[in-house]
Amino acid sequence: MGVEQKVLGNRLVNTPQRSRRTSGFIAPHLDWVTVLLYFLLVALGWMNIYAAVYSPENVINIFSMDINSGKQLAWIGASFLLILVLLVVDYKIYEHLAYPIYGFIILLLLVTLVVAKPIAGSRSWLDLGAGIRLQPAELAKFATALAASRFLGSINLRQQNFKDQMILAAITFVPPLIIVLQNETGSALVFGAFILAYFREGMSPLILIIGGSAAAIFILTLLVPKLYLIVGITVLMALATWLDYRLLRRFKVMIGLWLVVVGMVFSVDFFVNDVLQPHQQNRIKALINPEADPLGYGWNVTQSKIAIGSGGLWGKGFLNGTQTKFDFVPEQSTDFIFCTIGEEHGWIGSTVLIGLFMALLIRLVSIAERQKSVFARTYGYCVASIIFFHFLVNVGMTIGLAPVVGIPLPFFSYGGSSLWSFTILLFILLAIDANRAKDLAR
Amino acid sequence: MKYLENRKYIIQGIFLLVGFVFASRLFYIQVVDSSYKQAAETNAIKPVIQYPFRGLIYDRNGKLLVQNTPVYDLMVVPKDIKNLDTLRLAELVKLPVEDVRERLKKARAYSYVQPSPFYQKLSTQEFAYIQNNLIDFPGFYINARTARGYPHQSLAHALGYIAEISPKQLEDSTYRGYRPGDYIGKSGIELEYEKYLMGQRGVKYKMVNVRGVEKGSFRDGAFDTLAVAGENLVSTIDLDLQAYGEFLMNGAKGSVVAIEPATGEVLAYVSAPFYDPNLFTGKDYGKNYMALLSDSNKTMFNRPIMASSNPPGSIFKLAQALVALQDGVITPNTGFPCNQSLVKCSHAHLAPTNLSIAIQTSCNPYFYQVFRADINRGKSKNTFTDTALGLAEWREKITSFGFGTKLGIDLPNEKQGIIASPEMYNKVYGENRWKFSTIYSVSIGQGELGVTPLQMANFMATIANRGYYVTPHIVRSIGEDGKPLPEYQKRHYTSIDSKHFEPVIDGMAAVVESGTGRNANLSKLGIAVCGKTGTAENPQGKDHAVFVAFAPKDNPKIAIAVYVENAGFGAQSAAPIAGLMIEKYLTDSVSRKPMEKWVLSRKYLEID
Ligand SMILES: [Zn+2]
Repeated sequence: MGVEQKVLGNRLVNTPQRSRRTSGFIAPHLDWVTVLLYFLLVALGWMNIYAAVYSPENVINIFSMDINSGKQLAWIGASFLLILVLLVVDYKIYEHLAYPIYGFIILLLLVTLVVAKPIAGSRSWLDLGAGIRLQPAELAKFATALAASRFLGSINLRQQNFKDQMILAAITFVPPLIIVLQNETGSALVFGAFILAYFREGMSPLILIIGGSAAAIFILTLLVPKLYLIVGITVLMALATWLDYRLLRRFKVMIGLWLVVVGMVFSVDFFVNDVLQPHQQNRIKALINPEADPLGYGWNVTQSKIAIGSGGLWGKGFLNGTQTKFDFVPEQSTDFIFCTIGEEHGWIGSTVLIGLFMALLIRLVSIAERQKSVFARTYGYCVASIIFFHFLVNVGMTIGLAPVVGIPLPFFSYGGSSLWSFTILLFILLAIDANRAKDLAR
Repeated sequence: MKYLENRKYIIQGIFLLVGFVFASRLFYIQVVDSSYKQAAETNAIKPVIQYPFRGLIYDRNGKLLVQNTPVYDLMVVPKDIKNLDTLRLAELVKLPVEDVRERLKKARAYSYVQPSPFYQKLSTQEFAYIQNNLIDFPGFYINARTARGYPHQSLAHALGYIAEISPKQLEDSTYRGYRPGDYIGKSGIELEYEKYLMGQRGVKYKMVNVRGVEKGSFRDGAFDTLAVAGENLVSTIDLDLQAYGEFLMNGAKGSVVAIEPATGEVLAYVSAPFYDPNLFTGKDYGKNYMALLSDSNKTMFNRPIMASSNPPGSIFKLAQALVALQDGVITPNTGFPCNQSLVKCSHAHLAPTNLSIAIQTSCNPYFYQVFRADINRGKSKNTFTDTALGLAEWREKITSFGFGTKLGIDLPNEKQGIIASPEMYNKVYGENRWKFSTIYSVSIGQGELGVTPLQMANFMATIANRGYYVTPHIVRSIGEDGKPLPEYQKRHYTSIDSKHFEPVIDGMAAVVESGTGRNANLSKLGIAVCGKTGTAENPQGKDHAVFVAFAPKDNPKIAIAVYVENAGFGAQSAAPIAGLMIEKYLTDSVSRKPMEKWVLSRKYLEID
């Protein structure tokens, strides 16, 4: 927070006339639908964290600082202060300071890489003393979103050249590269989400299609026997050619494409078995066959599915879950928080939660679309994409549709670093949007 | 740019598609598929780990060295404990009540729901008695597994032992997949070959109800995996020879290491005093371990690879001769006077008019002059620089025998020993402040030298092979018809040409024929033994006896090093032991009973 306070100080000195602006002025222009969704998610998250750590034999008050729900409440309180600060600060600094903030975070990531003591094999936590630890990888998301948006806002989108594309790629992929070196592959994957935002700003759909197909082939290769997959792909391509004779003229291209796909199918095996580290292999293998690593990730997935599956249509009721208590499902209050909802609130509850996320994401897209500047719009899409990616992977892994990657469910999972980083991410967008609306109203 | 704005529909479409897929998948898991519900209704699916058989270890002739024997552990799952009568439980397991409470506390601290061992290694009688009463103690159950057993009392240092994984290891990511209560190799072969021996654990998913009663397997065992037994190992050790070596060394302190020169296979590995490996298998493991650890004879000290600070004594003269021959500073016919003013010679002897006689008589002044000729070759006019240059070059050749480096045997904690180097003297005396007169004792194997018994035996194997060695190893096959690890299949050549070995070997033959090694003479059996005695100076007490040898002279089958602490001259104790071992190995019997009797009498420890 040091950066923002210093900046706030500078602004007060340089432009004292603006200091009259307070949160009261922009409050009517805030997007209250989003704010409401935010509060709902945070509150539901808090209750489920309590349910996750609740033990009928040893009932502890939900506010007790000895358990995660009590601590989470403190984080939530702090987040509200954070929101006030974010709304009071002149919204223009986010664009102006996008690069310095980005540079500072890169530096912080590098420093962490050097000085951090490994915690469970990952060098991503910065010890600030007094028992407070910070994970700069969390902050890198909003910093990268700001910098990428600023860059896209500063170039001519109609005449993109190779150099601009390379700079954008560098802005996007340098932080995850450092994060991979910190052994936090899960957090690094999130940066792939930016592709959605760039797609909106004119990136070739081919990249989205190729990326999506590659991911699909990757997962299918793990799930379906190679021979079936290759036969399936061949039949599909033949079918496409049959439907559209023009493809015959591009016969060589089709053959090339076929070779690439088949090559990929075979290289996935090599990649999983020879390139990935054993713990990463385990996560991926747990997706194919959860029982392969019965005491590790596979066990998590099996137990997670049992917990969710046992919830039925209506769920067992708040605090009545049995599977998500104790340590049947590990990381219940953080990465596997979705299990608690699934078990205690059933399909109805899970679907309501999915609905809340859908509403938030759709709303974020429409907020992004109503921005006048490319910077603000891109930033809005970045926010939506990051939240979407977390939702996709986190919920996907608990129901066995995605590999076990330790990333939290936004606003919901226990943990200060994660809650704060999503709060910052979201409320910068809301601050920008509120000021735009206020200027319009003037 | 309008067409780009339409892309918002694609993006929103992707979001909604994922939401829809998730909701559908959840509908299938939660509403349609009832198997998850059943699993949860019976309260839980309990993974029951199927422990694999740990690999067995055989000796080179197929005799069992290490086997598995069944043991029973009393396990506890704190969550399932109901109305526990602590007093009755204490009575049942015959432990003090406080101890029982302590054990319960420990189990709860580990996990509320995961099983942890409450009381391990029950005897068969205890097992039967406890099993019959267990019905009154929900939360407790018996887990059968296997422990290590040994159908002999030998080779404890090399075999090593297994024990419960330590809390520190559990935190280490190298040991991912191990759980509290698991057994893991802690030393010796058990540690070195852990990943081959341990096998692969399997798991059975059992559905259990609230009371912990099993209700069958989850989905008819579709997800169960079988345990895969660990690989059996075949050791290079000859158990009979090993046992005979321990028989001879019983009551003494020291090492006997025998190697098959052509393959580097360790035939015998005696670290005396030794202990019965069975001491570490029972319930008294902890007590026995502490007793051995604090023992004043340092029984747990793995002498053959860890006793690295002792100088090799006169056997080092062989290495000096080989380096000097290679450097061309002497020929097999070079003679030097036995000049006692340079360094004392222990006894009057034939004039060392050639290298063989010098080796046979172990003449100190001769090797003083050889070493001086080798070190000071006038490469620099400054005598200090010349010595430093000469020593550095000499050291390079000496270390090619494996001295001063870890040989890389497949046992943990090997030490590298010491070989004099210019850096070492620079540190003590300062650069250009030391010359030959400072370092001369190295010429006769004393001074700044430290050699492990394994390095001595390997040195013999190298001479037997006329110039190369295969890294000594103690496992010849992973799996019953397998191979040793690749690093034990290649030759390491020394920087000495093969032709220089013959004159040295002739000298060694003469040592046994008519010199200080006569006690290892097997010429009556038609076996030509080549050897060399040594005495390692011991500032703390009586000197240590050394004898190294290989046999037969042509086509050698065994190379051996015997090191007996505080036994004085090598001729009286180490040489007879080596001779008996060679006879035992090559003829499968021992004909020289008086010699055996002499060794067993330990009288050599009393001679001054
Ligand atoms: Zn002499």
